[in-house]
This record gives sequence, structure tokens and C-alpha cells, in this order.
Amino acid sequence: MATTIHGHGPAETVPPAETADVELYHPHSWITRYVFSQDAKVIAIQYSLTAMAIGFVALFLSWLMRLQLAFPGALEFIDADAYYQYITMHGMIMVVYLLTALFLGGFGNYLIPLMLGARDMAFPYANMLSYWIYLLAVLVLVASFFTSDGPTGAGWTLYPPQAILPNTPGQDLGIVLMLVSLALFIIGFTMGGLNYVVTVLQGRARGMTLMRMPLTIWGIFTATVMALLAFPALFVGAVMMLFDRLLGTSFFMPAIVQMGEQLSYGGGSPILFQHLFWFFGHPEVYIVALPAFGIVSDLIATHARKNIFGYRMMVWAIVIIGALSFIVWAHHMYVSGMNPYFGFFFATTTLIIAVPTAIKVYNWVLTLWRGDIHFTPPMLFAIGFIVTFLNGGLTGMFLGNVVVDVPLSDTMFVVAHFHMVMGVAPILVIFGAIYHWYPKITGRMFNDLLAKLHFWVTFLGAYLIFFPMHYLGLLGIPRRYYEMGETAFVPASTVTLNEFITITALVVGAAQFLFLFNMFWSLRHGRPAGGNPWRATTLEWQTPQTPPAHGNWGRELPVVYRWAYDYSVPGAAEDFIPQNQPPSPTERREAAT
Amino acid sequence: MSAALAFLALVAAVAGWWLARHGIMAKPWLEPGLPAPVAPGSAFAEEAGPVRRAKAGLVVFLAVAGSLFALFVSAYLMRMGAADWWALPVPRILWINTGLLVVGSLGLHGAQVAARHGHPAVMRHGLLLGGAAALAFLLGQILAWHELLALGHGLAGNPAASFFYVLSGVHGLHVAGGLVALGRTMPRAWRDPGSARARVLVELCATYWHFLLLVWLVLFGLLAGWANDFAEICRQVLS
Repeated sequence: MATTIHGHGPAETVPPAETADVELYHPHSWITRYVFSQDAKVIAIQYSLTAMAIGFVALFLSWLMRLQLAFPGALEFIDADAYYQYITMHGMIMVVYLLTALFLGGFGNYLIPLMLGARDMAFPYANMLSYWIYLLAVLVLVASFFTSDGPTGAGWTLYPPQAILPNTPGQDLGIVLMLVSLALFIIGFTMGGLNYVVTVLQGRARGMTLMRMPLTIWGIFTATVMALLAFPALFVGAVMMLFDRLLGTSFFMPAIVQMGEQLSYGGGSPILFQHLFWFFGHPEVYIVALPAFGIVSDLIATHARKNIFGYRMMVWAIVIIGALSFIVWAHHMYVSGMNPYFGFFFATTTLIIAVPTAIKVYNWVLTLWRGDIHFTPPMLFAIGFIVTFLNGGLTGMFLGNVVVDVPLSDTMFVVAHFHMVMGVAPILVIFGAIYHWYPKITGRMFNDLLAKLHFWVTFLGAYLIFFPMHYLGLLGIPRRYYEMGETAFVPASTVTLNEFITITALVVGAAQFLFLFNMFWSLRHGRPAGGNPWRATTLEWQTPQTPPAHGNWGRELPVVYRWAYDYSVPGAAEDFIPQNQPPSPTERREAAT
Repeated sequence: MSAALAFLALVAAVAGWWLARHGIMAKPWLEPGLPAPVAPGSAFAEEAGPVRRAKAGLVVFLAVAGSLFALFVSAYLMRMGAADWWALPVPRILWINTGLLVVGSLGLHGAQVAARHGHPAVMRHGLLLGGAAALAFLLGQILAWHELLALGHGLAGNPAASFFYVLSGVHGLHVAGGLVALGRTMPRAWRDPGSARARVLVELCATYWHFLLLVWLVLFGLLAGWANDFAEICRQVLS
């Protein structure tokens, strides 16, 4: 492939672009610098803090649910309605308002311009609007807690008809606020997403070809493209359900007799909503997973001092997974009464997606193989992710098969599966990534001991919570049940098991405050990190200032001479070569021949 | 979901073609140094000024909007299989509205061509025509709603009517958004008609108008019921 190296000659250095020809927004006051900021780094931090704040609300809701499951009736304010409301809000917040917002709005905003050698996003104003609309969406969602009948209790999938029928908790205002909030989120995300995609397409520094981009960027980029195409499905579903709820249309609502009374609805198709929802919902799994894949690849390469194994295959796998994830959605609907041949098709595509995913897992393991592994907190979380994603993915192979899924559907097995694969696994990456980039964002190191304690409690705790939950599911314990009561097929030991899970969940949840404390304490008391504490190759570690100043690069934009994974190169002076370091004389000779 | 899948297949084909042209087969670990641009389209920061960024932004946005409409069409096709569906009378005024949208698209196309060849007066007339036609289209759509309401086809009731209001409403909102963009283009086109920026803005507006015309033609065909046979085939395939 030496044909791609000509033009400037293989090894010449060229003058980098200078500031003069770059249009950049400059803040003039405290308000425009830190509040209504158009700087992607500030927007990233705003996104992340908001997402984490609402995430702690969801964490608290999960505590309440666990307390109810282990000690039914112990807390008087948790009745069946409240329980359903907690389920719904916990699920929706975690999936959309925490994971999606944090990976794309948080890490996307911070890392895309820095890792690509750009000064900022392509459309900074739209980028700022994106955050404020996201915040509005979160506030609308939170507002539903304060309405007279509380937030919606329809389950996070919001299936009609029950989502908008009387007697579902939150039927009056909760569901309306939920749908409005989702629509706002999607509008805000679209503004941000346009930025992420166009910046990757058009904002790369000189020399940063697509195949020199770090895998983090590949993951975030592909996930953003998917989100831009998939979120409209949720938008369509939300708008049409709002019409059904507020204006009496029957898009999704069939003819229904409730309490002996014929409702005005008729003819609508609840299955249509399921199709729309999962047309968004399944890509959503990978919208969360692909950035995690990318970030983990970079964490592993950096902390094992080794180039990523099979970079090209990793890129292709990300793209292929992104494409395939659009044709597997109906595996969430095996029990909806659809044509069995249809189910067969979706089982096949679901299992095919395991192939590129397995390639990625092998490549991570092969990157670790004989690497110079440093067990730093980011590395611990990255390895924790690989194991957890593998475990969660394997139970996905069970559930992807129609005949296995039908008996397991709507049991705790499903809950355990998706918590492992798209709850715990991406969260581990988020923690790893925060620990990894914290020195760049703040200029300080976090407390290593606290971080390791946080990892071990979280990692082991997550397994103690979710492994037994698979077993509960195999016993037939259904999900979404407020309490089991006296049920013949459920052995008494499940009560003890539920208590054990709940106590572990309380401990793991509390451990997250260690993380929070560490972050805030280290802001002031951590030791100064320097510009490149992990000795990493990618551009964000090569900025002239730490934390990076407005405009990221000072006068001159960086020029990129190599890929992102030149670790432990034989013959090199150090065990890493930054992407913006020109080729050595040896490399020039090799390139010339 | 056949319409949505067809649209996504189109997007995937474009994306695959683009990736193939941008060195997806490269072996970056063997190639230190500065690469020549792998393809003419792959500009780096300093070459890719605001013009390229704006164009790329519009293309990505059209993909998102296209996905939105494709999903609405998918929902329409699935819902029309139900027993309570009956076809809607087509208000005569929709033909006029369609004509207006065509006129608007032609007007902006003319403005774009005039801008390229340096005829500022023609360009301004084209912009005005495009804007006026889009405004008239919106008014016409409201009249069409009135006509349907007068015939007794309210929002609730016949699902075909519900879809008509929602689809034309979403499309109308996109037209209104286009008018805002056009409104921001016009001052620049008047003040500084020869500038590259004005030319690009006109070009972007024209592209957006063509897109909305295309979407409306699909929606109109669907709402008027000509696409029923096609819809029947789609339902057979995916039901």
C-alpha cells in the first residue's frame, strides 16, 4: 500500500496550518466561557455532569426497587404503582439520558476535536444548543416526578396500549412529559450528532487519515451515525403516541373495553409501536457499545504498551456491527405473535452479529498477550469490561434463539443479560475512560488507591448482583413483578438470594460515592499530572497546555505523521511515539525503499 | 419497516462507497509520513473551510430527515393494513400546492445557477420566488386541512386522516425551517451577492428545497393512494 505515500514525499515535514486562517469563536465573558459556552470541552463537561447527576437519580431508584424485591412491604411508600414508576424511570434514564448522553455528548465532545487535531467542533453554536436542549429534556423528565400522579409507570419500553390507558401510573401527565422529553432529547442530540459527524469528516488535522484515527473516534463516529438514523424511529413513535394520548388518534391503540366501557380508540396497532421502538432500541444497544469498544481498545493499547492487534479488522468490525445492528431489532419481539419465519430471520442476523463482536474480543485479548500490562485503574476497568461484555454477550446467544428465548422471555434472566451487556459493561468503560482522561481534563491525578477500591467493589459487586439473577430467571422468576407473594414454583431460597442481591446492590451503589469523592477531592488535592502521564501516543496528550486551552493547540495545528498505536516500536528511543512526531531517519529510509 | 430498511440500504451503500474511497484498506502501521489525500473529497482542516463543513452538515441532516420520513412512511404502510382503514378523498388544492412546491424548487434552482454565473438580479428573483412559493405552499396546506375538516375528516377517526395531518404537518415544519434558513440567506444575498459564502448558502437552500419536494411527492403519492399496490407488496414481504 505504499502507493498512498507520495505528494509531499514519504517523510518530509510540512509547515502546519496556523491560527490565522481558522474561524474560531472567542468567549468574552464568564457567562459565555463557562455557561453558554461554545467550546466543545466545556460542553463535554456540562453534558457529563448533567448525565451523572441524573444517573445518580436512577441509581437511587434501583436501590428502592431492590429494597422492595428483598423486603416486600418494608418501605411503605413503595406500592405497586411506585415500583413500576421506578422501573420505568431507572431504565429510561440509564439507557438514554446517562449512557447515550455521556458517551456521545460527553466523550464525543471532549475527544473528537482533541484526538483529531481540530480546534473545535464544526458548528459550535449548534453544539451549545444541543447541550441546553438536552438539559431541558432532563428537566422535563425530572418534572414528571413532581406531577400529581408521578412519572409514567409504563415500563421503559412504553408499550401501548397500557402506557396511555387509565390506571397505568402516570397516565395523566407522566407519559406526556416522558414523550416530550424524549422528543426534545432527540432534537438536541441531532444538533450535537451533526457536529460529531461533520467534525470527523471535515475537521481532521493534516495527515490524520481515516485509518489513522484512534479507535475511540471510530467507535464514537459510527455510533453517532447510527444514532442519527435510529433515533428518528423513537421520535416517530413518541410523536404518534402523543397524538394517541392527547388528540384521540388511534395509531397504536386498538379497540379496548376497559371496566365495561368502550374507549374511543379503535383499529390501531400496538405491534407497530414495538417495531418502531425496537428499530431504535436495538441500534441503541450498539450506540452505547461501540464507543465503549473504541475507548477500551485505546485504554488497552496504552496501558499494555502495545499496538492494538488487528487495527483494520477492529475498524471494519465496528462498521459491520453498526450496519448489522439495524436488522436485528425484532429479536426483542419473539413473543409478540409475529410470523415464526420472521423470527428465524432475526435469530440468524442476531447470531451473525456475534462474529464481528467476537473478532473484537479476540483482538483485545491478543493485544494484552505478552504486553507490558500496567494495572492502572483505567486498565482494570478495561479488562473488567472485556470479561463482563463477554459474559453478557454469551447469554445474548441464548436469548437470540427463538426456542430458548420464548421460555426465558420476561424473566429475570433477561434482566441479568442486558444489565451485564449494556449496563455494567459500558459503565465500566465510562469509569475507565474518566480515570484515563481525568489528568487531561483537570491537570491532576486522581487518588490511585481509592480508584482501585472503587474498581474492585464495583466489578466484584456487579457479578454478585447479576450472576445470581440469571439463576432466578432460570427458575422462572418473572421480571417487572412488584412482589412474588405465595407462588408454588418458587423455592423459599430465592427470598434469601434476593436479600443477598439487594445488600450487594446497596454496597455497590455506595461505592460510586467513592468515585464521586475521588473526582472532587483530586480536583484540588491530586498531584499535578503533567501533559502526558500515561505516555500515550494520541493527539489529545500532546496539547501545549494541560488542561487544553481554548482552541486546543495554540498557534499551530498539529500535523499527523503516523497511526495512533506506535507503542514499543523496536529501535525507538521511548516506548511510545506520538502521532505528531515526524518519521525518524530509519523510518524515512524504510519508506523510501 | 420496508421503507425504512430501503432508505437505510441506500445510506449504507453511500457510506460503503465513501469508506472504500477513503483508504479503508490502508495499513496505517506501515505508513509513517504524510499521506497525499487519498481521495479528492478527503480534505484536512485547513483546506476544509466553512463551505465544505456546511455542505457536509446539510448532507448529514438530510440523511437524518430522510430517515425520519422513511420511518413515518413505514408506519403508514404497516398501519394501512388494518381493517378500519379507508382511503381519504384528495383535496383538489393539494395539486396546486404540489405545483407551488415545484415552482419554489425551480426558483431556487434558478437562483443557484444565476449565482454561479454571476447574475445577482436573477438570483434575487429566484430566491424571492422560492420563498414566496414555499409560503404559499404552507398556506395551501392549511387550506387543505380546512377542506378535509369541512368534509368531516377530523384528526381522530379514520387513521388515513390522522396520518395525513401528521405527515403533512411534519413536512410543513421542515418547509418552515427551510424558510428560516432562506430568511437568513437573503440579507447576505442582497448585501454581498458575489461572495462565495452567499453562493454556497443559496446552493444549500436549493438542495434543501429539492429534498423537500422529493419527500412531498412521495408523501402525496402515498396519501393519494397511488402507492397502494406497492404498499400491498411491501406488506406481503414484511408482515
